[in-house]
Amino acid sequence: MVGKTEPVNGSVKQAAMSSSSSNPSRSDLLSSTFSLKSLKLKTKQQELLIRVSILCLVYILAFITRLFSVLRYESMIHEFDPYFNYRTTLFLTQKGFYEFWNWFDSESWYPLGRIIGGTLYPGLMVTAALIYWTLRLLRFAVHIREVCVLTAPFFASNTTLVAYFFGKEIWDSGAGLVAAALIAICPGYISRSVAGSYDNEGVAIFALLLTFYLFVKAVNTGSLAWALASAFGYFYMVSAWGGYVFIINLIPLYVLVLLITGRYSMRLYVAYNCMYVLGMLLAMQIRFVGFQHVQSGEHMAAMGVFFLMQVFYFLDWVKYMLSDTKMFQDFLRITVTCAVVAGAIALGVGTASGYISPWTGRFYSLLDPTYAKDHIPIIASVSEHQPTAWSSFMFDFHILLFLFPAGLYFCFKRLSDATIFIVMYGLTSMYFAGVMVRLILVATPAVCLISAIAVSATIKNLTSLIRTKSKTALTTSTKGSSGSKASSKASLDQSQPFQKNGAIALLFGAFYLLSRYVSHCTWVTSEAYSSPSIVLAARGAHGRVIFDDYREAYFWLRQNTPPDAKVMSWWDYGYQITAMGNRTVIVDNNTWNNTHIATVGRAMSSYEDEAYEIMRSLDVDYVLVVFGGVTGYSSDDINKFLWMVRIGGGVFPVIKEHDYLVNGEYRVDKGAAPKMLNCLMYKLSYYRFGELVTEYGKPSGYDRARGVEIGNKDIKLEYLEEAFTTSNWIVRIYKVKPPKNRW
Amino acid sequence: MRRRIEMGFRLDLLVFTLAVLTAPALSDLIISKVDRRIDLTSQIVRITSTLKVENAGSEVVSEVLLAFPEVQAKNLAHLVATTSDGKGKVKSSAVSLPIKVVNPKGMPAALIFYAVSLPKGLGKGDSFTFDVFAVFTHALRPFPEKITQADIQLVVFQDSAHYLTPYIVKVQSLSVKLPEARIESYTKIENTKIHGSEIKYGPYENLPSFSYSPIVAHFESNQPFAVAEELVREIEISHWGNVQITEHYKLVHGGAQSKGEFSRLDFQARPSIRGASAFRNLLARLPPRAHSVYYRDEIGNISTSNLRSDSKKTELLIEPRYPMFGGWKTAFTIGYGLPLNDFLFASEGKRFLNITFGSPMNELIIDILIVKVVLPEGSTDISVSAPFPIEQSQETKVSHLDIAGRPVAVLQKTNVVPELNQYFQVHYKFNSLSMLREPLMLIVGFFCLFVAGIVCMHVDMSISKSSPSYLARLQWEEVLATIQQVQNIVNRCLTTHDKLEASLRDLSRTGDVQACKATRKSADALLKEVSKELKPLLAFLQSSSTAAQILPKVEELVTKEKELQEKVMAKHSTVVDCYEKKTGVRDIESRIALQQLKITALRQEVDNLLDIIDEI
Repeated sequence: MVGKTEPVNGSVKQAAMSSSSSNPSRSDLLSSTFSLKSLKLKTKQQELLIRVSILCLVYILAFITRLFSVLRYESMIHEFDPYFNYRTTLFLTQKGFYEFWNWFDSESWYPLGRIIGGTLYPGLMVTAALIYWTLRLLRFAVHIREVCVLTAPFFASNTTLVAYFFGKEIWDSGAGLVAAALIAICPGYISRSVAGSYDNEGVAIFALLLTFYLFVKAVNTGSLAWALASAFGYFYMVSAWGGYVFIINLIPLYVLVLLITGRYSMRLYVAYNCMYVLGMLLAMQIRFVGFQHVQSGEHMAAMGVFFLMQVFYFLDWVKYMLSDTKMFQDFLRITVTCAVVAGAIALGVGTASGYISPWTGRFYSLLDPTYAKDHIPIIASVSEHQPTAWSSFMFDFHILLFLFPAGLYFCFKRLSDATIFIVMYGLTSMYFAGVMVRLILVATPAVCLISAIAVSATIKNLTSLIRTKSKTALTTSTKGSSGSKASSKASLDQSQPFQKNGAIALLFGAFYLLSRYVSHCTWVTSEAYSSPSIVLAARGAHGRVIFDDYREAYFWLRQNTPPDAKVMSWWDYGYQITAMGNRTVIVDNNTWNNTHIATVGRAMSSYEDEAYEIMRSLDVDYVLVVFGGVTGYSSDDINKFLWMVRIGGGVFPVIKEHDYLVNGEYRVDKGAAPKMLNCLMYKLSYYRFGELVTEYGKPSGYDRARGVEIGNKDIKLEYLEEAFTTSNWIVRIYKVKPPKNRW
Repeated sequence: MRRRIEMGFRLDLLVFTLAVLTAPALSDLIISKVDRRIDLTSQIVRITSTLKVENAGSEVVSEVLLAFPEVQAKNLAHLVATTSDGKGKVKSSAVSLPIKVVNPKGMPAALIFYAVSLPKGLGKGDSFTFDVFAVFTHALRPFPEKITQADIQLVVFQDSAHYLTPYIVKVQSLSVKLPEARIESYTKIENTKIHGSEIKYGPYENLPSFSYSPIVAHFESNQPFAVAEELVREIEISHWGNVQITEHYKLVHGGAQSKGEFSRLDFQARPSIRGASAFRNLLARLPPRAHSVYYRDEIGNISTSNLRSDSKKTELLIEPRYPMFGGWKTAFTIGYGLPLNDFLFASEGKRFLNITFGSPMNELIIDILIVKVVLPEGSTDISVSAPFPIEQSQETKVSHLDIAGRPVAVLQKTNVVPELNQYFQVHYKFNSLSMLREPLMLIVGFFCLFVAGIVCMHVDMSISKSSPSYLARLQWEEVLATIQQVQNIVNRCLTTHDKLEASLRDLSRTGDVQACKATRKSADALLKEVSKELKPLLAFLQSSSTAAQILPKVEELVTKEKELQEKVMAKHSTVVDCYEKKTGVRDIESRIALQQLKITALRQEVDNLLDIIDEI
């Protein structure tokens, strides 16, 4: 059984029995610490000391390994979404919570605007603001940016602690330590939590794991207190990330599995009911969730399981009251049928009447990987929503990918409520990780925990094998369950001469693998996941070359355009323009209005005069495009252009994808489609590019990102004029000319 | 184009001369000679005039009036009058003369007057020579006001060919130094010569007071027109050895506004032609030993800067994020640390900071300069002394580990030019012991944290003292304590055994049977006592329900230990007997060999049991 040391709620017996328990009691610690005569530490104390120091080191390691980005670049916010989070946090700290809650942002989605307070998960911002206010209260005059930059590493460190306790809960403290160490440096998690990656996921993974841990703890103990704690953990998760839907579906699924496998218990009843009811009430306090929690299809599973639990409890009671088994069987049949029928009718009526909203597209796209591609191009256009390649699994998990099945084996070998949970968590999240790249993040804690079980159990077996062999055969007393097995096996296999050597060799092999894991993680962190993507770096002849074009352009916008200027760009850059450029944008990364985005896509893919009409109707003053032809930066607007066409065409059928393709091929050179060569995006990207020689020995107008000479070198702009182009041409800003005089 | 400006000026002049004509002569001073040199090579206009005044009247005169038209006076950033001490032409010992604004009666309203006080009154017929150095900002007006990227930047400068003064001027001349570039046009009047980029007017002789002859120079100037609309300099003193300077610039290109397209291609291909008026970088001369220099703006670090330093100076070449075209703005912050002992001194029980006032940037005009001197918390008696008038105020700033906040002396000045980059002093009183306050606060804070941790660990926080779980825990703790005691006792027994063994070894070496027996006796007493102690403990364990699981192990331990004890005793008595009977060593060994084996086995078992109990 699980090694529990704190004798909570009369589980003393269990604790006393468990051989692998480790927490020393307080009085013991006290008496031995204060007795000066024996300075030598007791085994228990040594173990505690080692455990605490390992945890501390892991805690620090998790933090500092995420600081590569600060060392390589600077203390800055990364990517796209974090800029929005940073901007809102800044607003929160400057204006206070109520202003934040009621914030109507007119700087984005012009002319619609956006109700920020009601359309975001405030957990991250409130967390950062609280840390900031606390530090300020303690008279540490830090800048909010530093707090935001370091929030993710800080929470990653906290996650290692939760992983330790979780590992301890489902296996033993050794597995907990290994889990903490593995998750501290796992690239799958680091990719979303390096310093500067100020995104919801940074705190959400902590909240997710905390909720799961507390729930498993509640199921194991049947304690109302732990269930309450897990409800609050769930509340924090809901406030932080939309991924809470995973929790509210996984936990009912888990409960259902326990019910089916006949593991229903009072503990489970208490834990789930308390967690669900309180968690639901708390979650409804978040404005963005609100009544969705009881009305939308994604949350129905939890409610269904909640009612099922009541039926189970009721049946239990009836069974207790009825002594006649036959009567009970009949009763059971009737009740179950009635319950199922009632549930189905309620669901059907709810859905039909529109009270229960159907599943959203995002949810569908998770269950069916091909759904987004056919129906929601805006989701499919995001690179992190693509199905995961095997290589990125290998990249993000490394040896954990092989340890994961081994861990599953150990879990099945020692099946308990807790291991069932981690197995289910691992399997479902692995599936989702396969569907979307970004969901590798959700799978990471589960993979780390299960792998930790594999590592810990294997090493424990091997070491006990070595230790029992080293002691003379005199000892017959056993140590722990695994030890007993090992030693009994040892006595069986005594004839095999190389057993000890084999164990040592395997141990070395395990350590070699783990050390490879460490070096892989460090390498991945420093090379792949620490780039802010705002500042681009390339290796040049004289060391590192920095392309700081994004900030150059945004700062130019901020300083040299009228404060009420409206900037049109593809939605990717919306958050950055509002945060760094402080200017109004038409669309941004919060892709809530598909039509609006399609309008921009349509403008970008129309001829200049048509586009001018659209831009006039949207009051656009400046158009911003990202262009990588000079530097060879490949994620520019020309490469994203087909998505603009698709999204635009999805709403406005005048835009047809095949107009931009030649024989189904996307080209920008001479053989490109005529519509392609004259659409606004092409013109803006390649304006005057035909005169530039980018590479020695190549003709002028040679596009280095696509490796071709462009097809239209003589571009004339009639309604727009170049306002600014950054030093490496990565960002180009055009001014929309006022309409001409009629006379 | 040019004509239009001049026309405008003529009109101004007409009004002006009308006013001037009515003015009476002021005193009997006459200016016997004026040499004026106007330096237009940068955006800052510097006019150096050498005046020789002569008292033609009979009264002693101690003041000389300098007149500036109002338009010019509002751009006047700096005005000094110096005199070379003595007759010798030793420029180094220049003495500056006090200047104040005066408003003499009956003078034309469009003029602003400054009075230079002479070191001593001029008697009849005495003459006196002095230099007036005036610096003007924004005196060069771009014309045309808007240019495209391909155009060159032309500026217009207006002044009078005649020295404007309330006195009669006997001989005067003027030279205008222009930058080495195209001269679009300049006013030609009598006695005008052009010599390369220098235009000379004069000499003119015997001109009446307030004579005015407007001249206009229209020329190309591609010097950086860097204007800081606002500069906030924060000088923070830390008595731990650092002066931290942070300068927040709001910069604008003050030249001709750019219009039309900005083409990066043109700018990259021919920067000197397509973008001649733009400036790409600024040079800041920081004090020597400046360290930890940074250059950033609101959205992050700016990587285009270059720092060169040697023992005499530190040069920081900064490049804004984008080339600055006319009318373009940027904002950035530079910061650096300086060693404290270069700038902080003590005198008369007070400390004073001696540091330069203005910006370290080259040829930068600052419209509003705010200098904030942040003194350490607890500084008192703050006073500022500066070589020129400044607006002063005080505020507090709350920074790291401050309780009341640090006193800040705020100095504000408009229209600042590099000439004002002079030393000023901030005097204050500060107790060195206050330096320790912040570290002590930290120490106390951490101490409290640890104390709180210890208290938390040891204080019984449970609310209900009668809840079953609480009682169970209490009981469990008691059981653990008892087991600990049992273990201690067993350990004591084991040490006793070790003592006995040691006595046996002594015996074999010395043969001292008596000593061995004494040890045995004391050991016996001890063990008896111990077994007495053990009894209540075991009884407690047996009675306690929570100890049920652990009890068998403990009992096993105790019995094994008893067994071990007996064996050891038996062995001891055997050996001692043998010695008393003087049996051979080999014989003894063969006798106790079996016992020895058993003892080792038992000892092993006891140790194992101890380990197992330990692990609980």
